[in-house]
Amino acid sequence: MAACSVEDVLAKAEREEAEKLKSIAVTKELELEFDVGNLLALDKNPAVLRDPHRDREELLRALARDNAQLLVNEIWKLPAERADDVLVVKLPEPSTRLPREKPPPKARPPTKWEQFAKLKGIQKKKKTNLVWDEVHKEWRRRWGYKRAKDDTKEWLIEVPETTDPNEDQFAKRNKAKKERVAKNEFNRLRNIARATKTKVPGVGLAPRAQQSKNELAQAISVAKTATASVGKFQERLPKEKGPKNTGKKRKFQPLLGDFSSEKQKQLELLKVLESKRPRVDITKAVNKQMREEEEEEGRARRSRGVGKKGRGGKGIAAGGKGKGKGSKGPKGGKGSKGGKGRNPRMKQGKR
Amino acid sequence: MAQDGVVKPKTKRSKRFLQSREPKLVEDLKNAMIMKGGNTSDTVTQALKDIYALKKPNAVLYKKKNIMRPFEDSTSLEFFSKKTDCSLFLFGSHNKKRPNNLVFGRLFDFHVLDMFELGIEKFKSLKDVKNEKCPEGTKPMLVFAGELFNTDNELVRLRNALTDFFRGPAVPAVRLAGLEHILHFTAADGKIYMRSYRVLLKKSGCRTPRIELEEIGPSFDFVLRRTHLASDDLYKTAHRQPKALKPKKKKNVSHDAFGTKYGRLHMQKQNLDKLQTRKMKGLRKRSRAAVTENGEPTPPKRARTGK
Repeated sequence: MAACSVEDVLAKAEREEAEKLKSIAVTKELELEFDVGNLLALDKNPAVLRDPHRDREELLRALARDNAQLLVNEIWKLPAERADDVLVVKLPEPSTRLPREKPPPKARPPTKWEQFAKLKGIQKKKKTNLVWDEVHKEWRRRWGYKRAKDDTKEWLIEVPETTDPNEDQFAKRNKAKKERVAKNEFNRLRNIARATKTKVPGVGLAPRAQQSKNELAQAISVAKTATASVGKFQERLPKEKGPKNTGKKRKFQPLLGDFSSEKQKQLELLKVLESKRPRVDITKAVNKQMREEEEEEGRARRSRGVGKKGRGGKGIAAGGKGKGKGSKGPKGGKGSKGGKGRNPRMKQGKR
Repeated sequence: MAQDGVVKPKTKRSKRFLQSREPKLVEDLKNAMIMKGGNTSDTVTQALKDIYALKKPNAVLYKKKNIMRPFEDSTSLEFFSKKTDCSLFLFGSHNKKRPNNLVFGRLFDFHVLDMFELGIEKFKSLKDVKNEKCPEGTKPMLVFAGELFNTDNELVRLRNALTDFFRGPAVPAVRLAGLEHILHFTAADGKIYMRSYRVLLKKSGCRTPRIELEEIGPSFDFVLRRTHLASDDLYKTAHRQPKALKPKKKKNVSHDAFGTKYGRLHMQKQNLDKLQTRKMKGLRKRSRAAVTENGEPTPPKRARTGK
């Protein structure tokens, strides 16, 4: 009797357990794939949304419920902990690989000085921030505002014996400082240019004590082209010759070698030939079209104008009143048209 | 902008701003820009607004029209992406040929990676359903159902793109009661059904709750129109992980299918002369001094080491 009751109790408990699990259990033919790190599930079973008794919305909701239940079951399996009176589950790393937003950061290429220092084995030395200032008898910054041994704050400078006594020593210092700053900036730009493998900006010509004729010629040509229109409207002296050794020389590909680039070129050419869309320079085409239209309009008006020449004097006043396109018409029309067509870029700024 | 890094930022603030936009080792959350084309229907406008509501803290909604065709010319899209630092976009338009059109897409390095054109067949807005909604910024659970999401090449990519678009912030831990929202995508009968439900956690008698769902909208019936998939090469480049982030390979440790850990040890050759065996009186090495009874006494130190 007792044994029987124990069995009964066990069976009953088992049944109850099964009942409980029934409410959260879902059976699927193929198991779902989970990426709990992203709270993501993938149900590979074919979705059946056709049923004579239930409409599609209901079927969709039932499907979603089952999938959600399975996902939640998976999440609840993870170890939970209590933080600030709420149950928190630690998520594993997401397993779905998603593309990056930008390529991974690259290390900054070394500057010329860094290359040199590495070559020579020169190491950076950390300097203290504060130094003792003998004049003020206190510790001051090495650099910047209120620095120690600030030579810009001196009210008197001794004129060296070897220099011109009338030279302004303060101005000289200022100029030297400015030149140092400019040189530093130039070097920075050169470093960037070298790193990006673009052309290193030219210095122009630095003044020197002895300058050759060639250098002078170069300086003249640089100065002449340094205008807004790249020297197009620059006047020439009566017997002046054009600049030498400027402009591009034609370069040819080597006859042999570098097959990959050759292949690339040929392929690109083929692509252009093959593509169905004709290559059109849109701005050029539009300009051409506009010009043609204008010309036509002008021609038409001229032929009309010849016939009504006698009324020309009154025409201006009448044009304003009657037809919108009077004598002023074409110019205004063209202006507004050009304004619309020419700057579509402006629209990009707005949201 | 002339070139990156040529123009130096003049203030600390602008420097910080530029730094925030530089490529990073561990990237921030992707932002989305949501915009409409030259012509949009009421459906599209409302759909864009609703998706903006789902995505809210990490999205920019463009209020004005922007006339562009992403599939023909993506330059202005790339321009906007650079401007707002967004790498996801949603573009809505409406015309006779493609009515009620949404283009989901993402960019890599300010160039279009992939785009998917989805036409809205049926749409139910967020405000059409009078139910309690989820709070803004809730991280949704995502479920993709239908075998096509696993087999069809385009839909696999679309699944990836939608995951990228809707997944919300990557978080180390999540509050259990905060799992309130579920986005369910079903691919069947040549359509993609997107449904959004609020999750109700009911008592089930055991630890795991029973789930009930309540539709909150927006819900869409999409048809896939045009797609632009990234070439495998570009796709691979976009997935490239920086070296610093890759887990370091541990030498001489391996696991088998059951998760058992195996280790390989490399031992140095043991010096058997110094091996300590069992101590017995009979085996004890006698000191040199004892052996050479009346020879010269050796230094005691050596005698001890000899033992």
